[in-house]
Amino acid sequence: MIEAALIGVLAGVFAGLLGIGGGALFVPALTLFAGLGQLDAEATSLLAIVPVALVGTWRQRGYGNVRDRDALALGVLASMGAVGGVVIANAVPERALELGFAALTVYVAWQLVRGARTPSDAPTGDTAAR
Amino acid sequence: MGVDLSAPAGRTLRLAAIGTLAGLFSGLFGVGGGIVMVPLLMLWLGYGAREATGTSLAAIIIIAAVAVATHAGYGNVDVEKGLLVGVPAVGGVLAGTWLQQRVPQRAIALGFAAVLLGVAVRLVIG
Repeated sequence: MIEAALIGVLAGVFAGLLGIGGGALFVPALTLFAGLGQLDAEATSLLAIVPVALVGTWRQRGYGNVRDRDALALGVLASMGAVGGVVIANAVPERALELGFAALTVYVAWQLVRGARTPSDAPTGDTAAR
Repeated sequence: MGVDLSAPAGRTLRLAAIGTLAGLFSGLFGVGGGIVMVPLLMLWLGYGAREATGTSLAAIIIIAAVAVATHAGYGNVDVEKGLLVGVPAVGGVLAGTWLQQRVPQRAIALGFAAVLLGVAVRLVIG
């Protein structure tokens, strides 16, 4: 359990440093160290993301990096997709979710390596919970 | 891209497409959806990296809230464990933002990539 909290700190630090890593680390932290299955870990990760995104947004707004209207439009327009994603997640076997999540982490890792090689392409910012 | 991005309708359509995709990713995998939004905001709407990250993050508040509420309807959310990782992470974000000005970003990106690959291997092996 203490490991999960430590990985929470780590996830936050990476989020602040790279603009990435909230959910990508919350989910494995919850499965490996808090005894949750993949589906429950994903659901619980989303809860943990909310305060991180709130604080991160507050910081980013201070830098003038948030376009409020677009953010609101994105969030509202994404809601149907989010509900759809949750319904699918509950319908498919948990093993499929695990493999899909593994593919996602490999993709994120690849993006990071690419960004590190060509810094101008790197989608990094001050704080984020990607 | 064939669509005129300056036209309000085309812009809204792009935002809708990005949002829908990000929402699906978020709900399906328990992430914020920034991995979808940040590159597409830069590619399709001409955002700079920092603006894309900041705007994506603000959208994530809504997306994650909707997704977690839906999951709660299925009884999948463990509130106590969510706070266990979420509260320390808030402190981590503040530390990370501070550190960002003081440590080499590339090394950190590569280190994080290595952690994620380890996670992927662990998931596949089970």
